[in-house]
Amino acid sequence: MMTASKYFHAMITGPISLLKGMTVTLRYFFNPGRIVTEQYPENKATLKMHDRFRGRVELIHNEENLHACTACGICEKTCPNNSINVLSTKNIAGKKVLGKYLYRMDTCTQCGFCVESCPFGCLRMAHDFEMSSADKQTFNMTLNKTEGQG
Amino acid sequence: MTFGIPNFIGDMVREYSPWPELALGINVILAVIAVLAVGIGSAPILIYMERKVCAHIQCRLGPMRLGWHGVLQTVADVTKLLFKEVYSPKGVDTIMYYLAPMISLTAPFFTLALIPFGEQWQVIDLDFAVPAIIAINGLGLFAILLGGWASNNKYSLLSALRSGAQMISYEVSFAVIMLFVVMISGSASLNDIIATQSGTVFDWWIFKLPVLGFVGFLMFMCISTAELNRAPFDIAEAEQELTAGFHTEYTGTAFAMFYLTEYINIIGASALGSIFFLGGWQAPLIGIESVDNILLAVPDLVWMFAKIYFLIWLYMMFRWTWLRPRIDQLMSFEWKFLLPLSLILLALGAVFTAMGWVL
Ligand code: SF4
Ligand code: SF4
Repeated sequence: MMTASKYFHAMITGPISLLKGMTVTLRYFFNPGRIVTEQYPENKATLKMHDRFRGRVELIHNEENLHACTACGICEKTCPNNSINVLSTKNIAGKKVLGKYLYRMDTCTQCGFCVESCPFGCLRMAHDFEMSSADKQTFNMTLNKTEGQG
Repeated sequence: MTFGIPNFIGDMVREYSPWPELALGINVILAVIAVLAVGIGSAPILIYMERKVCAHIQCRLGPMRLGWHGVLQTVADVTKLLFKEVYSPKGVDTIMYYLAPMISLTAPFFTLALIPFGEQWQVIDLDFAVPAIIAINGLGLFAILLGGWASNNKYSLLSALRSGAQMISYEVSFAVIMLFVVMISGSASLNDIIATQSGTVFDWWIFKLPVLGFVGFLMFMCISTAELNRAPFDIAEAEQELTAGFHTEYTGTAFAMFYLTEYINIIGASALGSIFFLGGWQAPLIGIESVDNILLAVPDLVWMFAKIYFLIWLYMMFRWTWLRPRIDQLMSFEWKFLLPLSLILLALGAVFTAMGWVL
C-alpha cells in the first residue's frame, strides 16, 4: 500500500526525475557533435578505427621488416580455435627461429587471446576490416615477412 | 453551426455563376481535399521527423541515403507499404477485420475538420467543437477494440483490452482538461477559444492564467500522449510484451491505415494543444510594435503549423526519452494522480475566473 507521504513524495520527485531524463536527451538532440554514426563507404578516406578495434591478427614488424617472435609457440597453444600454427626452423647457428607463422583468419574469432599471451608482445590486432573474399585461400596467411630471421 | 469554408473559389461561384447552389458542392470537395492534404500530406513528414528526432536523441544520424539527408526514404517506405499484399490470417472475422482500420482512419479526419488552421482555414465551425472532439475520440478506441478482437490472436485481444482500459480512463481527465479550457475561455467553439487569447504572447492561456495555465498545459500534454497511445503510454503496442498489439496481424494497406491514424492523431492533438494553450493561429506578438509588425506579416497558417510541429517535436522527445510504465502503474497514475489533479485544476480555474485573477 502506498502511504500518503509516499504519494506526495512521488508527486514531487517523479516530475523532477522525468525532467532530468529530458535534459539528457535534449543535450544529445542539440549536440550533433556527439553523433557516432559512420557514413561508411563515403568516408572511407577519413575513417579511423578505434584503438581497441580488433581486426585480424598481425605480427608486428619494425621499419627493417623485422619481428620479435621467438617461435615459442605459446600463442599457438592459447588459441581456442587452432587458428595459429607456428612452424619453427633452425638458423645457421642452430638456434630455433621462426620459419612460418601460419594464421587462418576464417576460423579466428578475433578474441585477442594470442595477443594477450605472447610474452614478447610481438602480436597485435590490426585495424583493417575489409577482409571479405570469395576465395577461401586468401584467409590462410603467413604473418611473418622474412623467414628464418633472428 | 456554419458549414461555410469561407474561400474565394466558393464565393466567386456564389456571386458570378448562374448556379449559386453549386458553391456548396464545390466547398464540400474543397473541404475533403484540404483535410486529406493536411492528414495524408503530413504523415510522411512526420515519419521522417520521428526517425530523425529519435536518431539524434540516440546519437545516430537516421536515414541519410535516399535523397538529401534521406528525405525520400519515407516516400519509398510508403510506396512499399502500399504495394504489399493485403493478407488476413485464417480464422479472422473478415468484415470486422477490414472494418477496423477504416473506422480508425475516419476518426482523426473528423477532428481535423473541426480545427481552425488559420482565420480562413477551417472546414466546419462547430459551436460545440470540444464535446464533439471528446465524442470522436471514442471512435478511435472502438477501432482498436474491433481490430484486436477481429484478429483472433491472443496478443491482439490483450492489447485491445488493455488499450481500451487505458483510453477510457484517460478520456476522463482529457475531458476534464478540455472543460477547464472551455470554462476559462467561456466557449466550446475552437474559434472563440482562440479569440479569447488574442493579443500578445502573455494573453495565451498558458501564461494568462497564472501557474494554472502552465500546469494545465503540462497535464494536457501528458494526458494527450496517453490518448494518442504513444510511448511512454503505448500500452496498446508494447512491442516487447505484445509483439505489435492490435495491429499484429495487419499487413499492407490495412496496416498503413493504422499507422496513418497514429500520425494524424498526433497532428490533431497538437493542434488542440496549440489552440487551447498557445493561441492557435495567432502570431506570438511580444508587445513591441516594430517586431510585431514583422511577426504579423507571416501568414496565420504558418504560425499554426509552427506551433503544431513544435508540440509534435515535444511528443517525440517524450517518446524517446521516457520508459513505458506497467499497465497497473499507468492506471494508478491516472486514477490516483491525474484525475484528482485535473479536478483540482478545474475547481481552481473556476475560482480564478470568478475572482478575475486573470492577467
Ligand atoms: S585472436 Fe583468438 S582466435 Fe584469433 S588467432 Fe588469436 S587466439 Fe586464435
Ligand atoms: S608470437 Fe609471441 S607467443 Fe607466438 S610464437 Fe611468437 S613469441 Fe611466441
